[in-house]
Amino acid sequence: MRADAGRSRWSTTRRSALFGGLCLCCLPTLGRSAEGFDLQEVGPGIFIRRGPDAEATPENDDAIANIGFIVGDRSVLVTESGGSLADGAWLRAEIRKRTDKPISHVVLTHVHPDHCFGAAAFAEDKPVYVGHHALRAALDARGEYYRGRLVEILGADRAGSVVYPTLEVTDGAEVDLGGRAVRFAAHGAAHTNCDLSMRDSASGILFPADLLFVTRIPSLDGSLVGWLKEADRLRAMRATKAVPGHGPRLVDVAPALDDLTRYLTILRDETRKAIVADVPIEKAVRTVAQSERDRWVLFDTYNGRNVTQAFKELEWE
Amino acid sequence: MTRSIAKPVLVRSVLAALSLALPLVGAGTALRTSPSLAAGASDDESERLARWKEIRTSIFGDKTIAPTDSLVKIDAPVRALDASLVPITLTMPEKDKIAGIHLVIDDNPSPYAAHIAFGPGADAGEIKLRVRVNNYTNIHAVVETKDGRLFETTKFVKASGGCSAPMGMSDEEAMKGMGDMKLKFAEAQPGRPVEATLMIRHPNFSGMQMNQITRDYTPARYINKVAITRGDQAVLTLDGDISIASNPVINFGLQPEGQGPIKVVATDNQNGRWEHSFTAPSATN
Repeated sequence: MRADAGRSRWSTTRRSALFGGLCLCCLPTLGRSAEGFDLQEVGPGIFIRRGPDAEATPENDDAIANIGFIVGDRSVLVTESGGSLADGAWLRAEIRKRTDKPISHVVLTHVHPDHCFGAAAFAEDKPVYVGHHALRAALDARGEYYRGRLVEILGADRAGSVVYPTLEVTDGAEVDLGGRAVRFAAHGAAHTNCDLSMRDSASGILFPADLLFVTRIPSLDGSLVGWLKEADRLRAMRATKAVPGHGPRLVDVAPALDDLTRYLTILRDETRKAIVADVPIEKAVRTVAQSERDRWVLFDTYNGRNVTQAFKELEWE
Repeated sequence: MTRSIAKPVLVRSVLAALSLALPLVGAGTALRTSPSLAAGASDDESERLARWKEIRTSIFGDKTIAPTDSLVKIDAPVRALDASLVPITLTMPEKDKIAGIHLVIDDNPSPYAAHIAFGPGADAGEIKLRVRVNNYTNIHAVVETKDGRLFETTKFVKASGGCSAPMGMSDEEAMKGMGDMKLKFAEAQPGRPVEATLMIRHPNFSGMQMNQITRDYTPARYINKVAITRGDQAVLTLDGDISIASNPVINFGLQPEGQGPIKVVATDNQNGRWEHSFTAPSATN
């Protein structure tokens, strides 16, 4: 049964959907200066905020990922917690403007701060925090480090804190929100070593989180070879539409995955070639995958780092 | 030596103690940074100079160190892409004069990153290393000439968090294959030095990477010595520290007329010892 959350009152106007960020200046829901900083309904009862393709700054509260929520008959699932306590609190307030249903689940898609540092904003809801089975260890290793960096940028009161998953997904899991179920899949090392994807049964929409970057250059922090493998696994799920971790709120799965794997494949092949040809790492970071430069936002910020990661992974093959 | 650190606030002092115990120079000179000279991105020139003076004295004592533009040059990214893996190239054009080189990352918790002593089997024209950089810092290279004089050059690098950045995997995973080595050679040309790349699998734990499962820092465990020989000839000896990136990689040059297999012996500060032998390409082919 389809959830009845797409009530007209909450539907975005056709106009705003069409014009995306361009007409948002006149929307009263826009509480911030950042463009596109609002929630739009991308499927029945599925509300997503597009994170800008930017780095964390004091002005943006690290609100740079695509975050949102899914409303079932009984309860609400938060698809991503936000990039800081401030971002999480913003999302929670937006949810409460739209529904009084209990927030039963908050998903921590992976260890990166722009995805999990909003978690504490939902503490009073006592939700089930859903995460990959390796997330706890990853938070143990990096959580305080990330928090320190966020505190430097945002200040202690806006940064947020480390929240551990209470439902640790080993392989798959399913939660029922009433009238719709969300199925989780725990992935092998790819974008990070703790990537969790999910799929909504009512809409069929896939939520690959940061296993799928669109527009913004993918950042590699797990395994390049593994990511290509997990991309195949996402493809095999045969979803038509997806909400990527970064980029437009809703995309066609096939071309978006093609773009992602094209970049990752070039990164892999050219890095391997550099290693075989004894091109040193300091030169490889300037030469590998340069053909992709005009295809991604923040390319210069991340590509060299991705090459460094790829080099580290592949030089021991 | 202290193996675990109970509180973050102790890191700097414990690491200072740790480097005190490290006889990186033949004379056994110890290195210590005073907490009063704590590093920071906003330091001005005079504070940086004061810090370098203190470090310099602790390593080299009163010896004169002359500035040089010609004996050694540092290549490093102005802004590091990955603070835990910053590639550094040291070039020494007048290579036949060079006996060794010291690499100091002034604002790292344990600044004395490496000392390399060249043997007769080495071509001292170029060394490449991958280091961790914990803060905006001057990097100093000090070369020692065969007649015992010291010359320095410096380069400013922007990076932060390289020593404390977590490895992105469990300690056990990071230690997998510890001590494995690869030695790669660039194509040999008769009469020309052969460029070699030594790769060693080792996490080189800095002691500043937290493992909250144990509510503790992963104890420092790092390669402290690499000795490379060819036949019965010394090629080079590297004394290392926590500033060397995990899975250390070092590029160096071999004299073309060297003979025999290349032996590498690496040890770490927890009594790990690994020895591997490699067949070197023959330049006479």
